[in-house]
Amino acid sequence: MPTSTQTTVSGPAGAPDPDSRPASGPAQTPKAVVRPGDRIFSAATLIAGILILLILAGVALFLLAQSKDTINAQISDPSSITGGHGFFAYVWPLVVGTLISSAIALLVATPFALGIALFTTHMAPRKLAPVLGYVIDLLAAIPSVVYGLWGIALAGNLTAFYLWLSKWFGWIPIFAPDADGSVSNTGRTLLTASLVLSIMILPIITSLTREIFLQTPRLQEEAALALGATRWEMIRMSVLPFGKSGIASATMLGLGRALGETMAVAMILSPGLLTASLVVSGNQTIASEIAQNFPEAAGLRLSELITVGLVLFVITLLVNMAARAIVAKTSVKGS
Amino acid sequence: MSKQIDIKDLDIFYGDFRAVDGVQMQIKPRSVTAFIGPSGCGKSTVLRTLNRMHEVIPGASVSGEILMDGNNIYGPGVDPVNVRREVGMVFQRANPFPTMSIKENVLAGVRLNNKRMSRSEADELTERALRGANLWNEVKDRLNLPGSGLSGGQQQRLCIARAIAVEPEVLLMDEPCSALDPISTLAIEDLINDLKDKYTVVIVTHNMQQAARVSDKTAFFNIAGTGKPGKLIEFNETSSIFSNPEKEETENYISGRFG
Repeated sequence: MPTSTQTTVSGPAGAPDPDSRPASGPAQTPKAVVRPGDRIFSAATLIAGILILLILAGVALFLLAQSKDTINAQISDPSSITGGHGFFAYVWPLVVGTLISSAIALLVATPFALGIALFTTHMAPRKLAPVLGYVIDLLAAIPSVVYGLWGIALAGNLTAFYLWLSKWFGWIPIFAPDADGSVSNTGRTLLTASLVLSIMILPIITSLTREIFLQTPRLQEEAALALGATRWEMIRMSVLPFGKSGIASATMLGLGRALGETMAVAMILSPGLLTASLVVSGNQTIASEIAQNFPEAAGLRLSELITVGLVLFVITLLVNMAARAIVAKTSVKGS
Repeated sequence: MSKQIDIKDLDIFYGDFRAVDGVQMQIKPRSVTAFIGPSGCGKSTVLRTLNRMHEVIPGASVSGEILMDGNNIYGPGVDPVNVRREVGMVFQRANPFPTMSIKENVLAGVRLNNKRMSRSEADELTERALRGANLWNEVKDRLNLPGSGLSGGQQQRLCIARAIAVEPEVLLMDEPCSALDPISTLAIEDLINDLKDKYTVVIVTHNMQQAARVSDKTAFFNIAGTGKPGKLIEFNETSSIFSNPEKEETENYISGRFG
C-alpha cells in the first residue's frame, strides 16, 4: 500500500519529473568495477606525480624567498651588490660564461656521441658493441670531482695547444691572446672547462641516442638496404630521420647537465672577468660561482648567490621547454 | 631489362643452423615465379638470398651459386650493394620512408645511384614509376605529401614504384599482399601481371589462389619438421603444380591435407 501511495504522490507532481530524471539517470548506471590493485596503483602514481611538482615548486619558492634581499637591494641600492653596479651587471657575465661553456661542450660532444652511438648500433662487430656501450655508461658513473682532477691535469698539457691556437687563429676573437700576447700559462681557461664538460655529457647523449638508434624499425633499414644503399646511406635514409627527435632530446638533456655542472668547472676554471677569448684566464659559470663563493657567503652575499641560482633555474627551465618544443616538432609519425 | 636466375646447390644457414638445403632452380626472364609452402619452410629465406639481403641478418651465410645471366652474385669481389641495385625488393609490410614525400620515396633508390637528374627528368621518372605501379592517378595531386599518409595498399604500390624506379633486372616480392584487403590485393596482382612484361618477378605467397592466379611457375618448399632444413620439393609450371602435382607432398599441401 505505501508504495502505491508514493506512486500516486509522484504522479500529480508530473511537472518536475522530467527534470529529476536526467539527474537520477547517471546515478543509476552501474559503476565500473575497480580492482583494489588498480586503485592502489593509480593512487601511487598520482602521489608520485604530485610529489615531483611539489618538490619543484618548493625549490622555486625557496629560491624566490631567499632572493628577496637581493631584489630589495637591487631596488634600493644597486651599488651594494657585488661589483657595485647592480645585480644584472653582476649576473650577466656569469650567464654568458655558462651558456658559452655549455654550447662548446654540446658542440664537441654531440658529433662524438652520435658517432659512438652509430658505431655501437650499426657498425661495430657484434662482440665489441656491448663492451663499448658498457664503457660509455661507465663514464657516466665517474664522480665529477675526478673529472675536475683530470681536467686540471689536462689543462697543463693544453697550454701549448692554446699558444698555437692564439698564434695562428688569434684573429678570431675567441682565440685571441691577452695584452701581453700570451695565453693562460696554467691552461685553466673556459675552453678547458668546456672540453671536460663535453666529456662529462658524452655518456648521457651517447646512451640515449644509442637506445633511439636501436629502435629504428628493421623494416625501414631493410627498405634502404634493398634499394642498394650502403651502410652509411642506410643510416642517412632510415636511422637518422627516425631518430631525429630522439637526438634533439638527448642533446638537450646533455645541455641541461652541462649548464648545471658545478664541481668540475669550479675546480678547473680560474675565474675572472668576462672575456671573449677562451684561451686566456677569465670567465665564470653560474654553478661554479655559487660553489666557489658559498662557503664564505653571508647576509646579502648569500642571497645574491641564491638569486644567481634562481637565474640558472630559469635558464634550465627554458632549455627544457625548448627541448620539448623541438621534440614535438621533429617526431616522425608512423614507422 | 630482365635476367635469368640459375640457383645451384644453394644451402642457407643462420649461424650453424641449416635453414634451407640443396635448392636447384632455373627462373626464366620475364616470368612470374611463386614460392609457396608452410611457414618456416625457407621460401622467404631463399627469396632474400636472391638480392643478398639474407646476409644482413647477423650470423647468416650461404653456400652454392646464384647466377644472374651467368654471373655468380656470390662470386668473389661482388659488392652486395651493386646486386641490390639490380634486384628490387618489396616487403611483407609496406615500408615507405616516413620522412620523405611520395615523390622523394619514388626517387630514393635513384638518388642512391648518385645520378644527377634535372628536375624535369625527376618528374618524368616519378610519373613513369608511379604509372608503372598503378598509383599515378591516385597520388598525382599530392606528390609532395608524406608517403605515410597513404592507405596500406597505396603504400605497398608506392614501395613497388620505388623498387621499379631504379629499373631493376629482377623484382622480388615477399608476401606483398599479406597485410592488404582483397581490393588492394587485386590491384597488386594486376600490377604483377603487367610487371612481368619487363621484369623477372619472384613472389613469396601464403595464398595458393594468388600463386595460381599470378604465376607462370610455382616452387613448393616444405620442411620435414622443426629444426630440419627446408627443401625445394617441386618446381614446375603453375598449372601442373595445382592440377597434377608430381609429388604426393605437394598434392597434400595444395589440397589442404598435411602429413
